[in-house]
Amino acid sequence: MGSQNQKNNVLPGFTPALGYTIFYLSIVVLIPLSALFFKTATLTWDQFLVAVTAPRVVASYRVTFGASLMAAVINGIFGVLVAWVLVRYRFPGKKLIDALVDLPFALPTAVAGITLASVYAPNGWLGRYLEPHGIKVAFTPLGIMVAMVFIGLPFVVRTVQPVLEELDQEIEEAACCLGANRWQTIYRIIFPTILPAILTGFALAFARAVGEYGSIIFIAGNMPMVSEITPLLIITKLEQYDYAGATAIATVMLVLSFLLLLSINLLQKLSRRFAE
Amino acid sequence: MQVAKHHENGVKVSQSTTEPAWVRYLLLVVALGFLSLFLLLPLAAVFVQALDKGWEAYLAALKEPDTLSAIWLTVITAACCVPVNLFFGIVAAWAIAKFSFPGKSLLITLIDLPFSVSPVVSGLIYVLIFGLQGWLGPWLQEHDIKIIFAVPGIVLATIFVTFPFVARELIPLMESQGRDEEEAALTLGASGLQTFFRVTFPNIKWGILYGVILCNARAMGEFGAVSVVSGHVRGSTNTIPLQVEILYNEYSYAAAFAVASLLALLALVTLVIKTVAQWKIQQTLSVAENER
Repeated sequence: MGSQNQKNNVLPGFTPALGYTIFYLSIVVLIPLSALFFKTATLTWDQFLVAVTAPRVVASYRVTFGASLMAAVINGIFGVLVAWVLVRYRFPGKKLIDALVDLPFALPTAVAGITLASVYAPNGWLGRYLEPHGIKVAFTPLGIMVAMVFIGLPFVVRTVQPVLEELDQEIEEAACCLGANRWQTIYRIIFPTILPAILTGFALAFARAVGEYGSIIFIAGNMPMVSEITPLLIITKLEQYDYAGATAIATVMLVLSFLLLLSINLLQKLSRRFAE
Repeated sequence: MQVAKHHENGVKVSQSTTEPAWVRYLLLVVALGFLSLFLLLPLAAVFVQALDKGWEAYLAALKEPDTLSAIWLTVITAACCVPVNLFFGIVAAWAIAKFSFPGKSLLITLIDLPFSVSPVVSGLIYVLIFGLQGWLGPWLQEHDIKIIFAVPGIVLATIFVTFPFVARELIPLMESQGRDEEEAALTLGASGLQTFFRVTFPNIKWGILYGVILCNARAMGEFGAVSVVSGHVRGSTNTIPLQVEILYNEYSYAAAFAVASLLALLALVTLVIKTVAQWKIQQTLSVAENER
């Protein structure tokens, strides 16, 4: 491998650089992650099944994945809208708003958590207007979804935005010349082009929401069976010294996030092919 | 920059590539309304609630010994994590962006892995290795070394969650820059290190800043992973986010938000530096393109 490279590449340092990369990757990421699978392997199949299909655990999957899916759909819609407005329209404060979209990446999750909880609490800035209409956000599954929308928003905007920027407006002009109205152009020309990016952003937002912990626990209320998310259940099991149970649930989550990562990579390959 | 201008002209000139005015205003209002509701309002709420009981209470909350030790621990954690991940990021980007080898895309996927692992799981794996019931637990206890529920555990878990930041920023940047300049320097007799510091580094310095600032923000703000390995010992294994949690759960809301406002300020500073770095990266890239 090395010698093949050196024939067409005079740059030094390939072997030590790749060696160090693989070494560091192994000790920081791969070996620790494998610990999870080795620990799970000490359980029998029955023990594993019982641990990951207990009613409280299944309820937590339903809450986590249901809310993540809803949040990703909301982010998909509003994320595309925000990206569209940022790329196509002019308005005062646009640069500022553009920079602010990344706030959920930069704001620590615990801060987001306590803030959202206080804003949506019954006496909070928004909660006090929602409560009289019978809409309870804080301490319900709806609150979990709100937190997930917050942390997932930049993913959709930041994957769709560059694709929209690259989009050649001449194609739209051509569509118009050929007799398409604006909606047909958007539906037939623009939407199919940005669809892979939308799906990638959707999947990224979904994956992030499924694993999220810090911003959710403060607003969720954390009632078993109702508003308890899976990551919290892992912590609860750890605190009860139920290492086997915690590990089994963590394995399920890890395998699911691998599958999501795989589909995101496929989507990105697809969109790259689309761009070419 | 030029792209934006092109769009602006395009929008003005051609009716065929834009929507009727009322649609534009409607979309703008909905998008900005959504962003204000979900981003601006919570951001404002942090500072308003932090100053709820006045400046004196705010400063007093920050001067609490437990808070000060949390700040100190957070700074130490970031100071350990950022350099090691920075070094890794540069080395990995050199290997991946400047050379071609089989299995490259798999390697990139593996480097991104910590981003798709739940923070709680990231903490759990370190408990499984270094905890009392873990692989190394008995050995560590024999030698009286504490990792879990102590500072080393916090540092390790934070290294894990901040692992990809620098590498994932530098890989695409260095790939887009190619290796012509480095090859020229080497042909002219520069050594490998000279080539890196005199040729490669000036091209990637803003990318490095970008990666470092995001890595630092995550290192200082990480909650889930740190929460699992810290043990929440006040004044010794609490980072700022954990201190926020404790104060909040004790119903000292003003104090919790005062401490949280430090992290919110960090987030704002991060966004500013990130925006500047991004702008500089674009500039470097377009200058390089013009020269070609």
